Amino acid sequence: MAKHEYAFYPGCSSQKGASASNYLTSVESMCKTLDVKLTEIPDWNCCGASIGYAEAGELPRHVMNARNFALSEKNLPGQEIVATCAACWLGARETRERLTHSDTLMADTREALKEAGLTINEMPNIRHMVEVLIEDLGFDEMKKHVVRPLEGVKIAGYVGCQTNRPFGVDGESFENPQYLDKMVEMVGAESIPEYDMKVTCCGGALAFSEPEKAQAQIKDIVESAYDHGAEMIVTPCPLCQANVEIYQGQINQRYGTKFNIPVMYYSQLMVVAYGGSAKDAALNGQVIKARRLEEIAAKPVKR
Amino acid sequence: MSANTALAEKYRNNFLKEIEEQVEMGDWVKMCMQCGVCSGSCPTNFQSAWEHPPQELFMMIRAGKREEVLTSSSMWNCTSCYNCIVRCPRKLPITHIMHGIAEYAHRLGMAPKMQPTRFFSGLFWKNCTHTGRVNELKLSMGLYFKDGLGAGIKEGMKMKDVAIGLLKAKRLNPFELFGGHKCKDQKGIQAMLKKAYEIERSRKAAKMAG
Ligand code: SF4
Ligand code: SF4
Ligand code: SF4
Ligand code: SF4
Repeated sequence: MAKHEYAFYPGCSSQKGASASNYLTSVESMCKTLDVKLTEIPDWNCCGASIGYAEAGELPRHVMNARNFALSEKNLPGQEIVATCAACWLGARETRERLTHSDTLMADTREALKEAGLTINEMPNIRHMVEVLIEDLGFDEMKKHVVRPLEGVKIAGYVGCQTNRPFGVDGESFENPQYLDKMVEMVGAESIPEYDMKVTCCGGALAFSEPEKAQAQIKDIVESAYDHGAEMIVTPCPLCQANVEIYQGQINQRYGTKFNIPVMYYSQLMVVAYGGSAKDAALNGQVIKARRLEEIAAKPVKR
Repeated sequence: MSANTALAEKYRNNFLKEIEEQVEMGDWVKMCMQCGVCSGSCPTNFQSAWEHPPQELFMMIRAGKREEVLTSSSMWNCTSCYNCIVRCPRKLPITHIMHGIAEYAHRLGMAPKMQPTRFFSGLFWKNCTHTGRVNELKLSMGLYFKDGLGAGIKEGMKMKDVAIGLLKAKRLNPFELFGGHKCKDQKGIQAMLKKAYEIERSRKAAKMAG
């Protein structure tokens, strides 16, 4: 039996062929090394994300999340739910909180769930993958597996919004969370604690609908990383990752900048540091290639 | 009588009460003490083109500026960054109030029709509830083609390099157009959502009658 077991809620963006499929691949290899077992919640559905608000209304939105809770309880009883997407995690936690605090909402939710032949008896805990790493495993355990430290690589930790606010990781401040920097140090790279755009919003869903607004935000985020001498950016959130990485070309056209900085997931750094191959870390999934990491991943492992 | 006229009639001269009863978390608006922290924290306020930051909207609600608030594009520019929420000294759930006002304006048909984020928001919800999971390709196509075929091709072309980058990195699947990811129990999901809408509508109607 694995050391830690969880019900897994991957979210839409982490499906095969979707925008964060590289996240999923690297999380899978990372979990193998750390002996963490993730079992996908059978037939899980999208959380509805906060951007669906025009049509969603209150109850339908909570019901979408509640369906996942019910499926998890039915198929994986007793396990906590773990999400890798910041937005999924936040949406599910919000639902958990609202249902816990309102008997009416809970009763209405149960009534709607009945239509799908489901019910909730117990409210599950909803965790983000980084919480599991930090709280259930701890930095010492994570560090134990490092066999190929990312020596000399300077990495800006871009925490973004939704893993940080409104819930955040326990014990961290909203204005200057440290955990991502600590993870960068843990894999043997150099962190930039003074990176001043670490919690600036990238514009979220506006990147699709009103790109000029979001790109102004993203420009500040990338520029500050360069100003601090970073050679790559790391994030815990699929939307942050995509937004900060894939629009750099357009930003260059708009502002005459020369941005070309790789944007990685923490899990990709960990897989390379744990001795995994470029394939295990899904480095081929980068739109802006992380050459330096590819080189490191090709090196032999120090045992 | 349209839904809008009925509601305007019922809450005549009391827009604050209308917001309190009809908008998710709307009963918090009266707690705002106009300190301005939320406006100073709002990312879209740092860029131009955003009409009213939260503090201003809340003041306008109290001043009864119904038309101006409900037709504003401000709420649609909220990025859900939650900066305001964690900083508000009165603990107002500002992000949710913003979404709530937006949803209400949309429900009444007063939201700006071609506001791109309003359009995207509706599209997203339809997209993800249709099969239970988001189809990223159909989602972006739907957005680009909102102004018709010609404009859609132009918008799509602007994003061409982004899309090619994602395709090469195997992060955009062209086959999503013909099906793509979905849940098995779509029927259950549809039935469950139908029920949820029913319950929500009857609760709102009860408030209006009471
Ligand atoms: S946040 Fe996005 S990816 Fe995650 S479940 Fe919601 S819609 Fe899907
Ligand atoms: S993608 Fe942007 S808006 Fe979303 S959580 Fe990340 S930083 Fe915030
Ligand atoms: S921060 Fe809170 S109290 Fe201050 S203006 Fe904004 S909503 Fe009102
Ligand atoms: S959550 Fe919305 S309203 Fe609040 S600061 Fe962010 S963008 Fe502004």
